[in-house]
Amino acid sequence: MDSYLLFESQGPLESAQVPLHYELAAGLKKAGNKVTVFLVQNGVTAARRGLRTDAVARVVEAGVEVLADDFSLRECGIPPSRLAAGVKVANLDMAMDQLAEGRKALWL
Amino acid sequence: MATKKLTLVLMDAPFENARTVTGLRLLDAAIRRGHEVTVFAYEGAVALTFAKQAPHANAVHGRDAVQEDHPLPKDWIAALMEAAQLNGGRLDWVNCGLCVDERGVGEAIPGARRGSPADLWKAAEASDNTLVIGTR
Repeated sequence: MDSYLLFESQGPLESAQVPLHYELAAGLKKAGNKVTVFLVQNGVTAARRGLRTDAVARVVEAGVEVLADDFSLRECGIPPSRLAAGVKVANLDMAMDQLAEGRKALWL
Repeated sequence: MATKKLTLVLMDAPFENARTVTGLRLLDAAIRRGHEVTVFAYEGAVALTFAKQAPHANAVHGRDAVQEDHPLPKDWIAALMEAAQLNGGRLDWVNCGLCVDERGVGEAIPGARRGSPADLWKAAEASDNTLVIGTR
């Protein structure tokens, strides 16, 4: 089993590639790996509850850890109470710790 | 957690994208933990350490340069280098020499050095992990 850290910096309306990134995360998890998606910058906009897509919810349901950068959430005016179920507020220190433990890291 | 060797690869030019700020925030987190970090800056990112970056006034808002307090990436990076020294870690900042020459930004702040893609390969080989933050 490998461990992955995927940084998603783009919002779901920003690029047609973003849904593919979520599929990649879910696929890696399905293949038996440990996977974290770290939402940062506009990437956190995907984590809003009530968005007209359940893409992030499906990633959470797949067993992927989904973290949202607190700084980016504040920049985008998204309070933690507005986050979709299963998305956890995090900070870059947590991402750095995962990077330092040797996870395979991709910036998406 | 024990200190680690990490390599961070940056590509974005200064004043362009949030990726630069996020990259420097990650660098800050690494330095606060005492990790040894090599940054390999290529393409537009070689201008992040350009010594001649200068604050400017904002005539539209009627503010002079001091009031405008324009943030400069070279100052953030100098502060990170200082923090690394104080924290017992290390920040080795390497600018791709070819990219520097293309852009004419050879005058870098102290602590930033000129290198080549071979330096990136060596740093990545010696690191516990490497993260590439590319331009989109």
